[in-house]
Amino acid sequence: MTTRTMSNDQASAEAHEHHDAGGTKVFGFWVYLMSDLVIFGSLFATYAVLLRGTAGGPTPQEIFSLPFILVETFLLLFSSFTYGIAVLAMNEDKLRQVKLWLGITFLLGAAFVGMEVYEFQHLIHEGYGPDRSAFLSAFFTLVGTHGLHVTFGLIWILVMLAQLSTKGLNDMTRPRIMCLSLFWHFLDIVWICVFSFVYLMGAL
Amino acid sequence: MSDSRTAPGGASHGSIRSYVIGLILSIVLTVIPFAAVMTGALSTPVTVLIIVGTAVLQILVQLIMFMHMNTKSDEGWNVMSFVFTVTILALVVGGSLWIMHHLHLNTMIN
Repeated sequence: MTTRTMSNDQASAEAHEHHDAGGTKVFGFWVYLMSDLVIFGSLFATYAVLLRGTAGGPTPQEIFSLPFILVETFLLLFSSFTYGIAVLAMNEDKLRQVKLWLGITFLLGAAFVGMEVYEFQHLIHEGYGPDRSAFLSAFFTLVGTHGLHVTFGLIWILVMLAQLSTKGLNDMTRPRIMCLSLFWHFLDIVWICVFSFVYLMGAL
Repeated sequence: MSDSRTAPGGASHGSIRSYVIGLILSIVLTVIPFAAVMTGALSTPVTVLIIVGTAVLQILVQLIMFMHMNTKSDEGWNVMSFVFTVTILALVVGGSLWIMHHLHLNTMIN
């Protein structure tokens, strides 16, 4: 089976040299995302195990504001959609539109991070920081790791905007935009799990 | 060239239609569990079932509509690696909950 795959890869590599170089890059990034998924899985498992360890501190019901979280969820969902539109514009070689939709994605993502920082700062101000209980440690680690990923995604968007301005759309920048696309959609999927299992389940 | 190109991992390019359908389905699948929790109209086990069900559905919707995961690009290696990762996740998350549950019972913590 391995030999069959190898020979097929070589055959198609000869046919579409550029295509496969970019394609391998995007597939390699996909494999990285899978390993990232294992990190998030471990953090979710930790959170689930420590959920009841409130040490006399607040329980999830007492500190989560669901309407606030719903707005965050929609910000990230719409940013995932606008990134998709940017990729469609890239396929049609519309550089200005790619930059426009990447910019909108950045603003939505930045609003999401802003809301999350506000939520964290509010909790810590109330005395419910990560040092309060095992539950809160696990909560801040899980949600904070996701927020950190989104922040790096935002930096990456800025870098891509700069590269698009100087280099335009070429065989180097296109695979990068595809990788960032996977990264951004992946973060939205992780957030669905955070929204469902941390916030919604926590409010029950 | 760019039209025939498929980007592995992310697979074939979507259309505006697939993104709009994905967005609408995602919104619906977000609002349903949110309403179930906020109104509290249903019993807790049913609400949990709705939350888990809509979450799994929305993940599938985004994987297919936004990330264009399919079995054709990369000869299915992206799907294969995904299935492998999900197996590992099930072991890690399920195993942790299982073993810690028994530890709690045996040591009478909480």
